[in-house]
Amino acid sequence: MTGWQITAASVAGLVAVVAFYLGRRPTTLQNAAQDFDMARRTVRSRRNAAAVSGEYLCAASFLGIAGAILADGADALWYPIGFTAGYLVLMLFVAAPLRRSGAYTLPDFVEGRLGSRGIRWFASLITVLIALLYLVPQLQGAQLAVTALLPIPGWAGPAAVIGVVLVTVLGGGMRATTLAQAFQYWLKLFAIAVPTLALCVVFIGTGGQAATGLGTAAPPTLPSDTTVTVDTPVTLEVDAPTRLHAEGVVDGAPADGEVLWSAEVPHQVAAGTTLRLAEGTPTPIVAEAPADNTDWLAPGNDGTWDLLGTYSLLTALLLGTMGLPHILARFYTNPDGRAARRTTLHVVLLIGLFYLFPTLLGALSRLYVPQLLITGRTDAAVLLLPTAMLPGLGGQLIATVVVAGVFSAFLAATSGLVYSVAGVISADLMPERVRDFRVAAVLLALAALGLSLLPRHPDIAHSIAIAFALAASTFCPVLVLGIWWRGLTAKGAAAGMAIGGLAVLAALALDIVSDYTGGWAPVLVERPALLSVPAAFVVTVLVSLASRQAETTMVNSFMLRMHAPDRLGFVTDAAIPRYGRAEERIRLSHGQGRHRR
Amino acid sequence: MRPVRAATVERVPGTPSHLKGELDQPTKPKRQRVVLSGPQSAPPQSLRSRLELAEQTSWGEMLIRDLINALLRWSVVFAAALVLLIGGLPLLFWRLPELASFTVVGVPIAWLILGVFLTPVLFVIGIVYERLSERHEREFVDMIEN
Repeated sequence: MTGWQITAASVAGLVAVVAFYLGRRPTTLQNAAQDFDMARRTVRSRRNAAAVSGEYLCAASFLGIAGAILADGADALWYPIGFTAGYLVLMLFVAAPLRRSGAYTLPDFVEGRLGSRGIRWFASLITVLIALLYLVPQLQGAQLAVTALLPIPGWAGPAAVIGVVLVTVLGGGMRATTLAQAFQYWLKLFAIAVPTLALCVVFIGTGGQAATGLGTAAPPTLPSDTTVTVDTPVTLEVDAPTRLHAEGVVDGAPADGEVLWSAEVPHQVAAGTTLRLAEGTPTPIVAEAPADNTDWLAPGNDGTWDLLGTYSLLTALLLGTMGLPHILARFYTNPDGRAARRTTLHVVLLIGLFYLFPTLLGALSRLYVPQLLITGRTDAAVLLLPTAMLPGLGGQLIATVVVAGVFSAFLAATSGLVYSVAGVISADLMPERVRDFRVAAVLLALAALGLSLLPRHPDIAHSIAIAFALAASTFCPVLVLGIWWRGLTAKGAAAGMAIGGLAVLAALALDIVSDYTGGWAPVLVERPALLSVPAAFVVTVLVSLASRQAETTMVNSFMLRMHAPDRLGFVTDAAIPRYGRAEERIRLSHGQGRHRR
Repeated sequence: MRPVRAATVERVPGTPSHLKGELDQPTKPKRQRVVLSGPQSAPPQSLRSRLELAEQTSWGEMLIRDLINALLRWSVVFAAALVLLIGGLPLLFWRLPELASFTVVGVPIAWLILGVFLTPVLFVIGIVYERLSERHEREFVDMIEN
């Protein structure tokens, strides 16, 4: 382990300690049990927006976007746009009414609106599925980061993240988490903005060496002699006959020495094979990514399927944001509906600002670390770019800052999800006798850890999009129709969630099978939202109409509570009957006066 | 000017003298009971309209339905704008590849639009919506209170 690797690892440790400290500190000040949950409501909307963003900006934002841009170019620019615009959709249809409904989780909302225990249980189950699909890419990112940077086994990354998260979640309160998450947003923004700006200065300072190369109809060339060891089987394509040195198994035959690859056929490289390429060689590129730079630079020129894929991705990201469990739980922190709306608006600004930087880093990495395209592990781009562009102390310093941000990204998203979903599991899914938040948190974290160690599609942004697709196909119809349409019934909601959820899970299973058997699946299997979301909406509406009953006072008063402006004072929180109204009022009116109204 | 949220607090009468010996917690501060938590925000004259909303009389019912419809209408208008904007771009770049590859200071215009300029537009859409919906809610409250 060299000096800077030790520094990077200790900076990651420092991030963990600070996160833990921020998570822990206020609990020593609180003695009453209700402060644990209730203190959350006094958090101001701007800090709350930073907390939402801090919780939201996960491995997919930090590593995944740059990686996707390195591989797919302009087509990957839709990821940051979808992530940002998802909050706008959330603001237009969901934020204020959901906050006023007083629901803390989606199962709460579903039960309050539809008045059925059964559907609450079903919604809890889907929440857990979404959380698992969202957690696994985080942990795979941690594994990737450790493999890329440190000479220790990859599983140490996810294990460390899970360990820190469990300690923080089990030891801290909710208010604590808000502060910690807001801190993590600013840390992440710093840790991506400063390296990006520094590397841009380096790029311009060195005369933008290969800048013109991005416009040509050729793959990127390797900036130095490169040795790559392939650890999962890949199919590579080259643009022109390419000479390279291979040790291992290539095209099904053992190879040891010089090989000449023709441009006509793709080449299969087995796991464990080492490829050595000389400086200036055009990079062989994994089969599904655009090979030459002109293709990379232009959006959507692979025909109609590509276009459908883009639309499907956008559907998932725009409509899926509203169904993410950790984001919804955070909205409850707003004092009223209006503050929820303002928070969402701030979030659009904060994460939009953040996404400028991974985009730039992804484009730079096409010039400086194209060898990642050989193994397909493009998500390591952000981590490897600093030392590749700036050998020596400067690059190592920048890389250390990046590592701090990346580790913070893993921690924030993982702890947010574990916290909010463990609550759902312990309240709804566990048998009464063993009901315990801690047990639920440990179970969820270990399940995610186990799943993350299975080999799967290595692309983080792609895996996250599946979680968004599941959220969009199950909770989006229930939320939007539940908030705006009195006719939604429990049967309709259940049928819609079942159809949407099954469609996405079936597509995911097919996609995994197709990954192992040659990638035959069309793009709508990889990105199912374009079909599954409309199907879920249609089924929800039709079944609701078929099972329509007379409007009850319960539905009417729920609608009134969700839509009546905050000043009329119809909002009742689930927590108020639990902890008593008067004390709460005193605390809010004579307390620290933290939030602006 | 919004009404001040203040709670009127009244002391609980002291413990009767014959019980003093049995309750030995002299350090504990005197218990306070809140008898009136103060009007949340609705002044007394609006109480009737508020009640009508709460009790779902036909008039209150109609009011709230109108409100929901108006709010939904605006949300749908803004969502349509968003869909046209974000949904239109892939189609535009697909139909006009030469536009997508048109470069400004060496950067293709598609990258500039998608990577830089779209987010501020999204934010502006958000601001306008926020202003509009807050105004809408204020008008509704004013109407109720008069």
